[in-house]
Amino acid sequence: MEYNGGSVIAMVGKDCVAIASDLRFGNQALGIASNFQRIFPVTDRTYVGLAGLGTDVTTLRERFRYRVNMYTIKEERDIEPQTFAHLVSSTLYEHRFGPYFVEPVIAGLENTSSGSKPFIAAADLIGCLNFAKDFVVAGTASSKLYGLAEGLWEPDLGPEDLFETISQTLLNGVDRDAFSGWGAVVHVITKDRVVTRTLKGRMD
Amino acid sequence: MECGVRCPRRRRVRPFCTQTAMYRGPGFDFSNSLRNDFLQHKGVALPKATSTGTTIVGCIFKDGIILGADTRATEGEIVADKNCEKIHYIAESIRCCGAGTAADTEFVTAAISSNIELHALSTGRKPRVVAAMTMLKQYLFQYQGHVGAALVLGGVDSTGAHLFTVHPHGSTDKLPYVTMGSGSLAAMAVFENGWKPNMEVGRQPLSPALPSWYSNDNVRPAVQREEALKLVCDAVAAGIFNDLGSGSNIDACVITATHTEMLRNFVKPNERVAKELKYGFRHGTTAIKSEHIRSLVVSEEITPIRGEAMDVS
Amino acid sequence: MSSFNPYTQNGGTILAIAGADFSVVAGDTRQSEGYNIQTRYAPKVFRLTDRAVLAVNGFAADGNMFVKKVKQRLEWYRHAHAKDMPLRSIARLIQTMLYSRRFFPYYVYNILGGIEEDGSGAVYSFDPVGSYERETCRAAGPAQSLLQPFLDNQIYFKNQQPAPGMSHPTHLPLQAVLALVIDSFTSATERHIEVGDGLEMYIILGKGRGLQGLEGVKGVQELTISEDGERIFVVRRELKKD
Repeated sequence: MEYNGGSVIAMVGKDCVAIASDLRFGNQALGIASNFQRIFPVTDRTYVGLAGLGTDVTTLRERFRYRVNMYTIKEERDIEPQTFAHLVSSTLYEHRFGPYFVEPVIAGLENTSSGSKPFIAAADLIGCLNFAKDFVVAGTASSKLYGLAEGLWEPDLGPEDLFETISQTLLNGVDRDAFSGWGAVVHVITKDRVVTRTLKGRMD
Repeated sequence: MECGVRCPRRRRVRPFCTQTAMYRGPGFDFSNSLRNDFLQHKGVALPKATSTGTTIVGCIFKDGIILGADTRATEGEIVADKNCEKIHYIAESIRCCGAGTAADTEFVTAAISSNIELHALSTGRKPRVVAAMTMLKQYLFQYQGHVGAALVLGGVDSTGAHLFTVHPHGSTDKLPYVTMGSGSLAAMAVFENGWKPNMEVGRQPLSPALPSWYSNDNVRPAVQREEALKLVCDAVAAGIFNDLGSGSNIDACVITATHTEMLRNFVKPNERVAKELKYGFRHGTTAIKSEHIRSLVVSEEITPIRGEAMDVS
Repeated sequence: MSSFNPYTQNGGTILAIAGADFSVVAGDTRQSEGYNIQTRYAPKVFRLTDRAVLAVNGFAADGNMFVKKVKQRLEWYRHAHAKDMPLRSIARLIQTMLYSRRFFPYYVYNILGGIEEDGSGAVYSFDPVGSYERETCRAAGPAQSLLQPFLDNQIYFKNQQPAPGMSHPTHLPLQAVLALVIDSFTSATERHIEVGDGLEMYIILGKGRGLQGLEGVKGVQELTISEDGERIFVVRRELKKD
C-alpha cells in the first residue's frame, strides 16, 4: 500500500455525500505525479475512489467500467450504489489468493421511494464490505483520517458544510502522512449536481 | 502447458496470463499471484485484510438455538467497522456466526447458503444443519486453512436443534454450547459458569446497561430465572469488555422449530457520549484552486413536437 | 529459536497541550498487552513538582521506573539547591537520563508539561533516547496518528484560512482546551482498540492566574503542595470499556 501512496475518504451529509482524495502518485519516497486521479464516476450519482497500488487502481477502474457497462446494457438502467458495492466486493474476492492491492471507497445517492438517500461503503482488499452511516476512509493516511473524521464529523451537514468538514479532514490527515498529499480533490454529490473542487494544500 | 496432445478433459490453462476480460471461469482467479509474490519480495507489504477479532457464541436451550455475536471489525489495531453484522443467513432456520477474515466468512456463508437453497429445492425437503456443516467443512478443508473462516453454525431442522463449530482447516465439533474468536475464552468462562440443559429463553427486555456480573453493586433480584438469551448476551458482553478485538453492540438470533428471530443490536452497551464541542467550519475556511459543477438530469418531461402520434401498429 | 524479548507494548495514549499561562497533560488509564486488558486503571501521568507533570507511554515497566528515577533526581536537586527544578532544566535532565541508556533504552515516549520560569505554559516531547523539543501540543502512543492531526487542525488551525481581516488566536482558553482533550480521547477510544477505560487530565496553572476556565468542570481535585506558587489539578473522566 505504501508503494505508490494515496488516500481516499467519503462522508455522509444531509441528502448529500462527499468523496475526496489526494493527488500524489509516488515510487516509495519519490513523488512522481501530483495529478493522479483515483476517484472515478460510475454513474451520474455514484463515485468510486481506489486507494492503493497505482496499476491496480487503473486496472480495476477499467474492470469496473466494463462490468457496469454490461450491467447497464442488460438491466437498461443505471446501477445503484449498493449493488455496485457488491459488484466491487465480488470482483475483489475472485482474487482472494492473489489480491489487487486496493482499498475501494464507494459514495453515491441511492434512489429510494422516499427520494435520494446518501450511501457510502468501503471494502478491504479482498472485498469485505463496510457500510458505515457516517464516514469511511482508505489508504496510507487511513489511521490519521479515522482520528480526524471521528472528531470532526457531525450528522446532517449540508453540502457546503460537508465540503468544509471533509476537506479539513483530508488535508490535515495527509499532511501527517509522507505517502499522501501533493494536492487534493473533493466531489460533493447532491441530487441535482456534482461539485468538484481542487484544494490548495501543502505540496511537500 | 506445452504438450502436443490436447488433454481431453481439461481446458488448456495458460499460466498467469490474463484470462480475457470477456470470460472468467467461476471460482478464484490466481492470475495476480506471481506478481504479488514478486512485489512482496521487493518489500511491498500486503495490506491488512479486515479481521473480525470477535466474540461469537451459540448455545442450545429448551426450544432451539440462540446465537450471539459482537459487532466490531478490526484492521490491525484500528476499528474499521463499529457495527458490522456477524450472524449470517444460511437458511430460514439455520444461521452462522463468523469469526476470522471478514471477507472469507461473508463469502463462504453466502456460497453455502446459495448451495443449501439449491439442495433444498433438489431434495424437496427443508435443509438440515448437518448438510450446511458438511458443505462448509469440505470447502474449508479443500483450501487447507487459507480461507480464514471460523464459524459457529446453528439451526433447527426436522431432526431437532443442532449446534456446530467449524474451524478454518475444516474440523468440526458438535456441542451444546460453543464460543469462537479472540473473545472466546472470556465468553466460555460465562457459559461454563451458567449453562444448564433445557434453559428457558427468557423474554424480559434487557436493559442496554452493562451486564449484571459487570457492576459492583450487590443488589440483585432474589430469584434469578434461567434465561438463555441473557446468558448468551452475558457471554458476548464478557468478550466485548475483556477482549480488545471485540466491542460495540451485541447481536443475537433465537432459532426455534417454528420461527427465527434476528435481534440486531439487541443490547447497545457502548453508545458514544455526546461530544463536548460542536465542530463546524466557516464557509471559505478551505482554500480552493478550482471548481467545476456538473449539473445532473433530475427529471425529464417528454413533450412531442409534432401533432400526430407515432404509428406503432 | 526465538530469544527473550525484554520489551513489550502496553498500549494507551497520552497528550499534552500548552496554553498561554497553563498546561494540560492527559492520558488514558488502560494498560493492555496484545488483546488482553491488564488493568483498567494504571496511571500514566504523574506529578513531578507543582509546576511539572510527566506523562509516559510505551513499555509500562520502563515508564514507571523512569518516572521514579526522575522523581529521585528532582528530590536530590531540591535538597541541594533549596528550590524546585525549573521546567526547561527538567526537560534537559530527562534527555540526559534517557541518553545514558542509549544502548538499552527505556522504551518510553515521554511528554513533559508544565509552567516555565517566565510563567508561560510549555510542553516538551521526547523520543525513547532523549531527542526533545518544546511544542504547543503533542500526542504520543498507539493512537498518536489519530490524535495529532486533529490537534494540528484545532490548536494550530492548520489548513484553515482565517476570515478576511481576522487571524487565528495563538493560544486557546482553558475551557476549549479541556473540551478538545476530552473529544480527542473519546474519538481515539472509538477507533483504537488499545484506548479506553478512563481518562486522567492534569491541569497546571501559572502563578497568580486564578481559576478561570475550571469553574464548570466536574470532579476537579487539587494536588498542589506548596502555597503561593503554581497550582495543579487533576480531573478524571470515564471512557468506553469495550
